[in-house]
Order: sequence, then structure tokens, then C-alpha cells
Amino acid sequence: MRVKIEPRLDVPRWMPFASIFGALVVALLLGAILLAYGGLDPVTAYWQMLRVGFLEPYSFSDTMVKATPLILAGLGVAVAFKMRLWNIGAEGQLFLGAWATAGVALFWLPPTTPKPIMLAVMTLAGFVAGAVWGAIPGVLKAKLGVNEIISSLMLTYVAIQYNNYFVYGPWAAGGFGLTAPFPKTAWFPRLTDYGNAIPALRGLTAHMGIVYGIIAAVVLYVIFKYSKWGYELKVIGDNPNAARYAGMNLSRNIILTMVISGGLAGLAGMSELAGAVHRLQENFSPGYGFTAIIVAWLGRLNPLGIIIVGYLFGGLLVAGDVIQPAGIPLMIQGIILFCVISADTFTRYRIRIVRAAPVTATAAEV
Amino acid sequence: MELASLVFIVNIIGAGLRTGTPLLFATLGEIITERSGVLNLGVEGMMLAGALAGFAVSYGTGNPWFGVMAGMLAGGTLSLLNGLVAITLRGDQVVSGLALTFVGRGLTSVLGVAYVQIREVPRLPTVRLPFMYDVPLIGPNILWPLFGEQNIVLYLGFLLVPAVWFWVERTRPGLHLRAVGEKPAAADAVGINVAAQRYLYVFVGGAFAGLAGASLSLAITPLWIDDMTAGQGWIAVGLVIFAGWNPWRAVLGAYIFGALRRLPLDLQAVGWLPFASNPILGVWLEMIPYLFTIVALIFSSREAIRKRLGAPAALGIPYIRGERGA
Amino acid sequence: MSESQFAFEMRGITKRFPGVLANDNVDFAVREGEIHALLGENGAGKSTLMNMLNGLYRPDEGQIFIKDQAVRFSSPREAINHGIGMVHQHFMLVPTQSVAENLILGQSAPRFYINYSELEAQVAELSEKFGLAVDPRAKIWQLSVGEQQRVEVLKMLYQGAKILIMDEPTAVLTPQEVTDLFDTLRSMTASGHTIVFISHKLDEVVAIADRVTVLQRGRVTATVEGKDTTKAELARLMVGREVLFRIQKAPAQPGAEALVIENISCENDRGLPALRNLSLTVRAGEVVGIAGVAGNGQTELAEVIAGLRAATEGRVIVQGQEVTGKRVAAGEQSEASKGGSWDIQVSLDIGDSSINLSKGDERPEKQAAPIMVSEGLAYIPADRTGVGSSPNLSLIDNLILKAYRRPPIGKGWRIDLSLAREQAEKLVEQFNVMTPNVDTPARLLSGGNLQKLILAREISSRPKVIIAVYPVRGLDVGAIEAIHQMLIDERNRGTAILLISEDLDELLSLSDRIVVVFEGQIMGEVPPEDERVDEIGLMMAGTRVEAVHAS
Repeated sequence: MRVKIEPRLDVPRWMPFASIFGALVVALLLGAILLAYGGLDPVTAYWQMLRVGFLEPYSFSDTMVKATPLILAGLGVAVAFKMRLWNIGAEGQLFLGAWATAGVALFWLPPTTPKPIMLAVMTLAGFVAGAVWGAIPGVLKAKLGVNEIISSLMLTYVAIQYNNYFVYGPWAAGGFGLTAPFPKTAWFPRLTDYGNAIPALRGLTAHMGIVYGIIAAVVLYVIFKYSKWGYELKVIGDNPNAARYAGMNLSRNIILTMVISGGLAGLAGMSELAGAVHRLQENFSPGYGFTAIIVAWLGRLNPLGIIIVGYLFGGLLVAGDVIQPAGIPLMIQGIILFCVISADTFTRYRIRIVRAAPVTATAAEV
Repeated sequence: MELASLVFIVNIIGAGLRTGTPLLFATLGEIITERSGVLNLGVEGMMLAGALAGFAVSYGTGNPWFGVMAGMLAGGTLSLLNGLVAITLRGDQVVSGLALTFVGRGLTSVLGVAYVQIREVPRLPTVRLPFMYDVPLIGPNILWPLFGEQNIVLYLGFLLVPAVWFWVERTRPGLHLRAVGEKPAAADAVGINVAAQRYLYVFVGGAFAGLAGASLSLAITPLWIDDMTAGQGWIAVGLVIFAGWNPWRAVLGAYIFGALRRLPLDLQAVGWLPFASNPILGVWLEMIPYLFTIVALIFSSREAIRKRLGAPAALGIPYIRGERGA
Repeated sequence: MSESQFAFEMRGITKRFPGVLANDNVDFAVREGEIHALLGENGAGKSTLMNMLNGLYRPDEGQIFIKDQAVRFSSPREAINHGIGMVHQHFMLVPTQSVAENLILGQSAPRFYINYSELEAQVAELSEKFGLAVDPRAKIWQLSVGEQQRVEVLKMLYQGAKILIMDEPTAVLTPQEVTDLFDTLRSMTASGHTIVFISHKLDEVVAIADRVTVLQRGRVTATVEGKDTTKAELARLMVGREVLFRIQKAPAQPGAEALVIENISCENDRGLPALRNLSLTVRAGEVVGIAGVAGNGQTELAEVIAGLRAATEGRVIVQGQEVTGKRVAAGEQSEASKGGSWDIQVSLDIGDSSINLSKGDERPEKQAAPIMVSEGLAYIPADRTGVGSSPNLSLIDNLILKAYRRPPIGKGWRIDLSLAREQAEKLVEQFNVMTPNVDTPARLLSGGNLQKLILAREISSRPKVIIAVYPVRGLDVGAIEAIHQMLIDERNRGTAILLISEDLDELLSLSDRIVVVFEGQIMGEVPPEDERVDEIGLMMAGTRVEAVHAS
């Protein structure tokens, strides 16, 4: 008896969904085993995560807050991955975006600037800074053939140090790795701001960043589906030789894609600062840029899928804040990702157990 | 003054040897794995697993060598996850490597909580070679500080490089390893089990990464700190490219990068540099190894294009019998 | 019968692949010491049958006997242990390793340490013994195709093969090299080896085979004695028709110069000269065939014309307008061969469509090819799946690969999806592409249908010049006929066609003129007449036309 793996000739529509669902179940089971091995009660841990992340009165809002940077950065990652450009440096691009945002809010514009202008400039600065940081690996890749996986990741470490320089150095307030808080004009509107009018919103910290996320997702959806550029991404991602043969400019597309990808990650940093942290600080991101990779992949690089997965992972992060040890969500993310890649195999291949005796194969599926 | 600068340089080289050794192990391991045609980007995760397993077992048993073995086993076992996805399930190797990094980081963070507070662990021994001092002229100031009294993992590194080279280039198993990574169909046609070979070398590469981690937590910085590798696994992946998949060139890369990692500390001790008076500026020095990785990649990429030397032809491509292009 | 007269016997072999019955109850027996030809068209199931004998595939039904002993191979290793070795059409050699290393690959000796000097001496001795001269130290990629084939044969002999399966061994050789190969094969049977010679070429089979077994669509139609048979009989057995189909076409009526190539030079992926000062003109309404052994600059020529490869010198003029791809400076050219560059292929989808992840270092800016879209140049690349199509994208997406840019499909920033679908459905029907629907990913099409799809796309752009590289390689008869007819129709419509092929029959049947290339230079021009084949052969081996006529 042996296992035979052969390509599926057609994939039923339900299959990708079923495989993701199955992967999640398996991942949670595996995670439970590891938790138990680590001396924790998996049922309690999962229940706590579920409760804190999704079921409490404030859960929706809190989870939304965490989901916002995940969705924005996840969309950024998805743009690059769509073209099979492995931008895994979203975290660094996010830091740069945040840095520029803080610069605008604290130093480059007076605190009396009207809110819409302030926020607009912050948005622009966040996007541009992230885009520049993303463009570096893009240019290196397009012009010099440098592996973007390594370069984008190395630049993340550089970005974190760069950020440290400012929060401990020239921008430090008090020397604890923090800047001064942003002026109120640099804060995103939050639900709780309308608490006086609608009491139900009191204490809800979800902010306007999610609107950015939704707009970005819709725009990307349209681009992927209907635009020439989206078509080029698709072809380059699937077969660069065919793209070249069709006259597409790979070099320009690589750089452009990395610019957009980095810009979206930069926006994630901007929105996190303007909406939630309200200052620049060391380690303000619990690895949003890395989790975004998983979000993008789990969302099948589909912008609408990324919103859903981003929300679920936001809940996981909220839970992570209260659950101990803090590494649990990270571990579970990794396991989920593994299970999802493995599950992909089942949608692409038919796996059969073959007996050693002569086989009557099912031949006629064309 | 002359002696002082000599001491300074020797110190940096010595630091490079020490901090570069874990990097060297990880790079050698990834070279082996990639030469067999599998891309394993999870080096960071495997190193962490090795570091924690090594630390925990050494602490538990009191014998650091058991720790090393446990670290290698942990790295190797974790690597098999990537092997499963890459070889059997034919999944995306980039994403599976990322997943492996996440798993390694998360898992060690969860399981490592108990060990964070522990300050004393049985360490790997230091080897003393007193005769180094007695070598005339260069003995006292060069040989002794570099090689006279170093942790045993350094010497292990000196041995492993030629050993890996010999294995890959001069032996029958090495021939098979290269064939599987260059043209699996040809290997298959003469009866070499491509999948088994690849699993084997994925495991070996993982064990090397585990060894790298264990040497970190049992010799170089004998502690368990959450996320203690701080990107070294990724640097190792970059160094493989820098090294052009050649173990000898990996040595050069690993030691240079080791020195660069230590450089910030050394430079901050130099009185006439601004870093001594303003520790904030040290942050810029911290960037050096990462920036240098990129610069090294730029140069090695150009060189690779010029000389047409390159990655194993089948790197990252799952082998499926009877399919074209394999 | 105690001792079988057969070297091996295959009885009642059936093999299915998803959607295909490759072998249907095949009986095949080969006598010891004979050269037995296995004749059949592309897709008749010859290679599949032999891959089962070689242990690469397992039969679904039926049995294999060696000296009356039933055997079951689960790997080529087991086959070679029983003395069966196969020389594949695509060589199973590791390009970066030396000849000697390739010979001992998978062998049980040496156990561990490889003593290179001893090994190389041993290999030199063996190659001398069988008259197969190669340098044991040379790396495979440095060798010519003919030399590589010798290494393959040597490898099998070194591993102790008594039965040697040669899969289409002459496809890559010049006629003169074929003669050498036949001499080698005869001397091997003299020393007790048995040879199975897979081919679809009647001349060769008649020239070399002691016996011939003919396969047609997976079934054996006959086994005949070589000396008793004729080409006509074999043709009938092979195709099921009396004569081989040769396309009907009226004499060409060449018009204006549509494609002019002036003194073009370029480099190949290794940076070595591929074309040397080559000049050529194709007129509207004629087919110019390029004959030559693979690797003499044909693919590079096509790429230079299409603007996918930079010319170091010279000009390409299409319809009176210069389109030379000179924009990439000399030496900057990237895209090394797969082994040379370090782009890493990672497969997102199933392995039949590995996707270029370009982990690093592929230089992506290798020139794109915007010219051909606008200048009425269509290019049918040799590599259907690797270059000509995007395997995981739908037929619609594949059909708009060039049209997406301009109206009516491209509208401003967006693509008119409904129009694209409409046109795709029309093209699929018009060009008779067999597919469930236009949303099917291209990778699920058979080779013939994929090629029809590519032709549909290229022809629908109403080109003035078509460059077709190996347009029917690996296709079945029906598809070949269809594609040849499409090309001839285009010619009759006044399109200039440059046809690059390895198959002399194809060139003779389609071309109006044949130009022979050798090492990137033109050796001369010959009218497409059967009796000029010897002349073409000499030119393919590097003799200039003047010298041919002088002798």
C-alpha cells in the first residue's frame, strides 16, 4: 500500500473554504497539545482567548483596534505577494510610517493645525515613508537582483533601531523610549468621541483607521479584479517569463508594487499612532507587520478575505494581551499558517491510498 | 599606541570568531539544506528551538553536551515540518519557512518562560591552548588572545567547515546530495530516493541550526532570553547567498558578521569616537550588521550574475516524478 | 522452453493516466542481441511503455518478464540491477557535475570517499573500450548534445546495462552524428548488448532495426522483421493511412520584405556568442524554415527578433521599421540559464507550473518586449508552458496576454472583462481548442490544445510577421496537422513566417525556403526538396553551402 498524490483536474468551489476551516481546526488542536505540554490548560486558554477577543462587551471595539493595522499591513503584504514578491518587511515599513507620522504631528506641523489638514498630512507622510522603505528592497531587487526576502527583513531591524534613535534621542520625552503625546488635532476620531451623543459608544476605542482599511481593501479589490495593473500583477506572479514575453515591464512593476506595499504598511503605522497609541514609542507594534503576512496568506490575498481574517487575528492579539505567556498567540499563528499551507495541498492534489495489487484507476475525469 | 590598535583589532577579530560561530553553524546547515534543493527559511525558528532545548536540557541534566544534543534534535525535528510541506506536500516553501519561524518563536516563548530567570547553566567548556602564548613574535599578542582560550564551539566550527566541504564535494553521499539539488530527475533515474535525501538534509540543516542555537545559549551568551537570536537566523539565510553555497566562503561571511555584531560594543569603548559620550548614537552602530547584510547581498548578487555561479538548479522546486523541468 | 530467446518480454501491459489510456494491453518482446525499433508517432505510448520497463512507472495491468522470470520494478535502480538502462530523450545528467561523477551517481561503489584520479582513469578506459570519446573531467554543461548522449550511453554501460533503451536518440543529432551513433549501437550488439530503439522516423528504423514493433494510440499494430519491411508498410502501420500526410500548399507568392535581419550578433545565457553576424530576410507570404541542430542559435535568433534578447550588434527591421532590442547594454543582459542564475523557482501550485519566485537574483529587468505587440510581430515561443502561457490563469486571461493593453479590451485603466470573455469564447471555438470552458486554467489543457490557444492569441492580433519556434514539438498527429494548416493559412493571407524547427520533415513540408544555421551563422540556403536532405545535413554539421557544392 502506498500513498499516491496526483493533481486535481478541477477544484470544487467549496474546497478552499473547507480546507481553511479544516486547517484552523487542526491548528487549534495542535496548539492545544502544545499548550498542555507547556503545563497550561488548553480549554481555559482557548476559552479565555475567545471571551476576551470576541465575546465581552468591549471585544468588538478592542478587536477592531488591533485589526486595523493588521488589515492595512496585510493588504500591503498581499499586493506584493500577489506578484510573488516576498515583502516580509512590512513591520519595518510600518515603523517608518509611524515615525513620519509622529514627526508631522509633533514637530513639523504646529499643534494648532486644523484636524483635517493635520490628519491628511500625517496620512501622506505615513504612506510616503512606508513607501520609501518598501521601495528600497524593490529597487535593489529590480536593478541589482538582490533577494527581497532578506533585504526587506534586514531593513526591518534597521527601521526598529532608527525608531529607537528618535524615541531615546532627539524626540525623547523623559527618556523611557517615548515621545510626548500627540496634540488632539493629530488624533483620529474614535467611537468614544461620540459618547456624549450616543452613550453606547462610551469607552469604545475603535477609530477611523478601520475606514482606511476598508477603503484600501475595496480599492485593491477593484484593482486586482478589473484593472490592467492588477492583470499584470497576476501574470507576473504566475509566470514572469510569459509577462516579459507579453511586453510587461517587470522592473517597473516590482518597484511600483513595493512602493504600494510599503505605503500600505506605512499607513498601518500611521493609523496605529493616530488612532491608538497617540505618540511614538519603542516597540509600539507587537509584530503587526509579521502577523500581517499570515493575515494576507490566510485571506488568500483577497482584500475582502483579509478584512475577515484581520478581524479574527485582531481578536487573537487582544486575547494575547491578557493571556500568559504572551508567546501563545504567536505560536498559534505559526501553527495555523502551517496547517493552511498543508491544507492547500489537499485542494490542489487528490491523495489516494493505493494498494499494491493492480489498480483500476479512475481515468475519465477531464 | 601601535600596540593598542593591534589589541583593538585582535579584540574585534576575536569577538568575530566568538559571535560568528553560531552564525557559521546556521549558515553551514542552510547551505546543506539548500544544496539538496530545499529552501528552509525557518532558520531563526530552529535556532531558537535549539537555544531553548539546549539550555533547558543542560540545566536539567547538568551536562551541557546533552544540551547540545537536545538542541540539535529540536532544530532537526522542527525542520522536518518544513520538510513535510516542501517535500511531501509540495507547498510553498517561502511561506512554510515563515511559518516555521513563527512556530519556533512562539513555541520557545511559551515553553521558555520557566527558564528566563535562570542565570546559571552548565556551559560548554573553554579550551586552553597555552602553547599559543609561547609562539615567538605573534604568540602573546595575536595567537593567544585569538585562539588561546576560547570556547570549544569555536574549535568545533573550525572542524565543521572542512568536514562539510569534504562531505559535499568528495564523498558519494555528497555526490548524491548535489545531484538531488541540481537535477533530481537524474538522481531518481539512477535509483536515488530524492525525497529521502531531501528529508535527510533538511534534518541535518535543522540540526545545525539547533547547534547554532545551543552554542548561543550554552557558550556565547549562556542565558535564555526570549527571541535571543534577534534575526541571526535570517542573516544566516542571507549569508548562504553571500557564500555562494560554498562552505569556505561561509566562514568568511560568518566571522565578519560576528565581528560587526560586536563592533557597537567595542566602538563605544573608544574614547575619541562620539559613541562613547553619547550612548544614543550607539543605535546607529546596531544597524551595521543588518545594513552590511544588504551590502554583502548586493555585491554577491552582482558577482553571481557576472560569474554565473548560483543556487542549486532545483532549489525550491518540489520534485514530482515524470514531470518536465524537474 | 527452459531458456528464453528473449532478453525481456512485456505481456498485456496497460497504463492509464488521468484522462488518457497510454498503453492498452501491449505485448512486446525483444530478442537478445538485436536492435529492436519501437516505432510510433508522438503520443503513441512508446516512451510510457519503456518507462515501465525502466521502473519509472508501474503498469496498471500486465507483467514484465526477464528470461522468463516475472519482475516488478519500483524504481529505475531495480531495473538497472536487472541490466536494463534507458537513455532518455531529455538527458538524465546533472549539468554541474563532471562526466565521471555522473557515471558513478547512484552506484554502490565507491562506498564513501571518491578518489577522483582513479575514477577518471577508469572512465577514460571504459570510454575508449566502447569508442565513446569524452573527457571524464568535463562538466556536463560544457559538452555538446552529442557528447552528452555518449555520456548517457557510457553511464548505462558503466552501470552494467545489458539492455539499452534509447528514446528518440537521433532527434538532437546531425545526420553525420546519427551515422556514428548507429556504428556504436551495432558494435554494442556485437558485444552482446540488446538495444531498444524508440523512434518515429521511418528512415532510421529501416536503416538500423533488426525487428520493428509499431505502436499506434497505445496499441501494438504489428511486429515485423526489419529486412522484410518497407517504409510504406511501416507508415501504414504507424498512422493507419497509406502515406504520410504532407500539407497541400500552393507555391508561395512572396511580397515585400516584411522581416529583415541585418548582421545580428548576440550572446547566449552563458555570455558566449550565440549569433555571429547573421543576416536574413523574410518576405510577406512566404515561410522561411531555419534548419539546424538544437543549440546553434535558433532560439536566440527568435528572442532577438521578438525583442526578448539584446543584440550586441546589427539591426532587426519589421515592416520597414527598426525594432532592434538594443536597449539593454551589452554585458548587462541577465536571465542566465536556470542553473546559472539564482532565481529560485517555488511552486505555488502543482509542480507542473512552477512559479518564479525569484528568491533573489534573477534580474527581472531583462528586456520586456513591447515592440512586437505594436509592430505586428507575433512570436510562438518554443516553451509553451514556460513562456507562451500563464499556467494558473484562465484561458481568458491567457488570450488577452497581449490585447489587454489596447482597445477594445483595454479601456483606460481597466480591462473590459465581458468583451474579453466574449472574444475568448469566439477564439476557442474558431481555433477548435478543446476545453470545458474559458475559465479553465491553461495548465489543464493538453499540449496540442495549449498550442492552438497560443496560435489563436497570436494570429488574432493580425500579425504581419510570425516567428514560430518548434511549433509542433511533442504534439499528436491531429494537432500537428491543425497547427500546420493554421500557419499555411496565415502564409496564404500574406503573413511572413519564420519557422524554426528541429524536424526536417516539418521544415521540408512547410517551408518555401530553408536556411541552415550552424554556431550562429548561416551555412546556406536550400530549396525544400527531399533530395537535398544530405546537403542540409552537411550544412547542419558546419559545412558551408559552397563547400558542399564543391565536393
